[in-house]
Amino acid sequence: MVTHGAERSISLADTPPRRVATTDPRQTRMTETTAASRTETAGPLRSIRPPAFDSARPARSADELAGAAAKIAVSDLNFFYGANQALHDIKLAIPERCVTAFIGPSGCGKSTFLRCLNRMNDMIDDARVEGEILLDGESLRGPRVDVVELRKRVGMVFQKSNPFPKSIFENIAYGPRVAGERNKARLYEIAERCLQHAALWDEVKDRLEDSALALSGGQQQRLCIARALATDPEVLLMDEPASALDPASTARIEDLIFELKDKYTIVIVTHNMQQAARVSDQTAFFFQGVLVEAGATNEIFTNPAKKQTEDYITGRFG
Amino acid sequence: MSVLPTTGVPTTGPQRSITTPHSAGNRLGERIIRRLLRTCAIVSVLTTIGIVAVLLSESLKFFGEVSVFEFLTGAQWTPLFSPPHFGVLPLVCGTMLVTGGAILIAGPIGLGTAIYLSEYAPPVVREIIKPVLEVLAGIPSVVYGVVAVTTVSPIVQRLFGSESIFNALSASIVVGFMILPMIVSLSEDVLRSVPRDLRSAAYALGATKLDVTTRVVVPAALSGIVAAVLLAISRAIGETMAVTLAAGATPNLTLNPLESVQTMTAYIVQVSKGDTPTGSIEYRTIFAVGLTLFCITMSLNIIAQWVLKRMREQYE
Repeated sequence: MVTHGAERSISLADTPPRRVATTDPRQTRMTETTAASRTETAGPLRSIRPPAFDSARPARSADELAGAAAKIAVSDLNFFYGANQALHDIKLAIPERCVTAFIGPSGCGKSTFLRCLNRMNDMIDDARVEGEILLDGESLRGPRVDVVELRKRVGMVFQKSNPFPKSIFENIAYGPRVAGERNKARLYEIAERCLQHAALWDEVKDRLEDSALALSGGQQQRLCIARALATDPEVLLMDEPASALDPASTARIEDLIFELKDKYTIVIVTHNMQQAARVSDQTAFFFQGVLVEAGATNEIFTNPAKKQTEDYITGRFG
Repeated sequence: MSVLPTTGVPTTGPQRSITTPHSAGNRLGERIIRRLLRTCAIVSVLTTIGIVAVLLSESLKFFGEVSVFEFLTGAQWTPLFSPPHFGVLPLVCGTMLVTGGAILIAGPIGLGTAIYLSEYAPPVVREIIKPVLEVLAGIPSVVYGVVAVTTVSPIVQRLFGSESIFNALSASIVVGFMILPMIVSLSEDVLRSVPRDLRSAAYALGATKLDVTTRVVVPAALSGIVAAVLLAISRAIGETMAVTLAAGATPNLTLNPLESVQTMTAYIVQVSKGDTPTGSIEYRTIFAVGLTLFCITMSLNIIAQWVLKRMREQYE
């Protein structure tokens, strides 16, 4: 939740320029930034880095992406922290069994948006949501929605790995246990399957009873992914899952994301544009609470439709 | 335009130096303050050493006449009668009976309050309950004793048919309420210090508030809660005024809370206030009992500190 507080304060600091926007916030804001970024790069233009696509891990093709059913469909989503609006009229479809990346500078609302998808924002006292979010056509915000059921279907991995101070096995067993699974043999089966899925099994199979806190940072994060998989979710939300990890661990997590997308719909928030380019099929660029542009990842990175997106991905601001 | 700043060191005049005629560390004011503060710190250390020394030397004289074995295993405590028996067990038993009862009352209520305050209570309610608990903690223990004798005991007598107005149960009840604020505030602190990340992780796995509380927050804070209870036990064992008034003055090796018992502390009060001649063996018993008490509470405190330290390490 630490990220949250930080993001929140950043968006508060951003309020004055936002107030300018009255009729069409999107346009006003864009002209502002473009101007800002131009002054910033008044010197010699930085060379435009081509995004690195990994040929060993092909992204979904444009046809596949277009053909995929929308697992989550968001329309006209507005989000408020008290009087401050953090998200403006978000409209986005998240295709099934694809990786969707949210990119954008700090405080742009991407994490807030991610947390709307499993209603983790419910726990913030003065937060308010307007608009529609559909999971398989069913509204997340209906009066009879059971948040507990929702979160079993939409799992989450946090920025900072947060294993429970229990054994590795108990960490995985937590989700199934609260869901009512009592059979120890079944729980071990689930633990083995999830740890294998999270590419951690070989490293921990002989010490499932050891404390999870004894694992390295990268292992802890993979454990958190395994733990999220144990409730058998359909969607996996990842809030900067590799930002606190070293390059080797990051690579492992990215490999894992690529493997998991055959089975799960994955949404990943990342600060690292190279990472977005490497792992995602669809990319959505957020800026100051507005979804500026969303589309196939190679399209966004090679041929962005908006000047603002281009400025951000070429590193001219953010 | 002058390049040099107009303020600052004049270019002429005596050369400035960072060395002074007298050593800088020895400025008079500094020296006095340092000595004064050090004296303050030494006072408490000397007091501790002095008390332990008196306890040990007087106890040694006592144990010169009564064997340690008889003292620790004897089931009769009649030092003021003849023939005298110096078995401390009835007093230890009285203390344990009152303390055990107090913990049985304060443990569940205190833990329940702490969990409610840290996990469930809206801020407004917390703002009301916490000051009330502080008031409870601020009531002098002699007042608890009076309440025990005048109010709690008659109720206990009527409800459970206790023979004596002095009984262990009413002492347990008031001591339980005395240590309640301690258990609540210490356990609430450790519950609140469980990282929010852990709660988020559990909620994201589809846990209900009850799951999060019972399977994540309380287990993670368990060692801190144990330490809180240990410190409360130590406080209950050392409690004097309320138990002297409420529990009675009959050394009694019993586990029946309705009987009158005498605790170690109450015995010490009885002898100190009585006409026992200084230097007699009867008089020295209070040092032996005091030493026993000191050893018990000190080990509890050390264990509690150790448990707390281990818990802190877990999260760093």
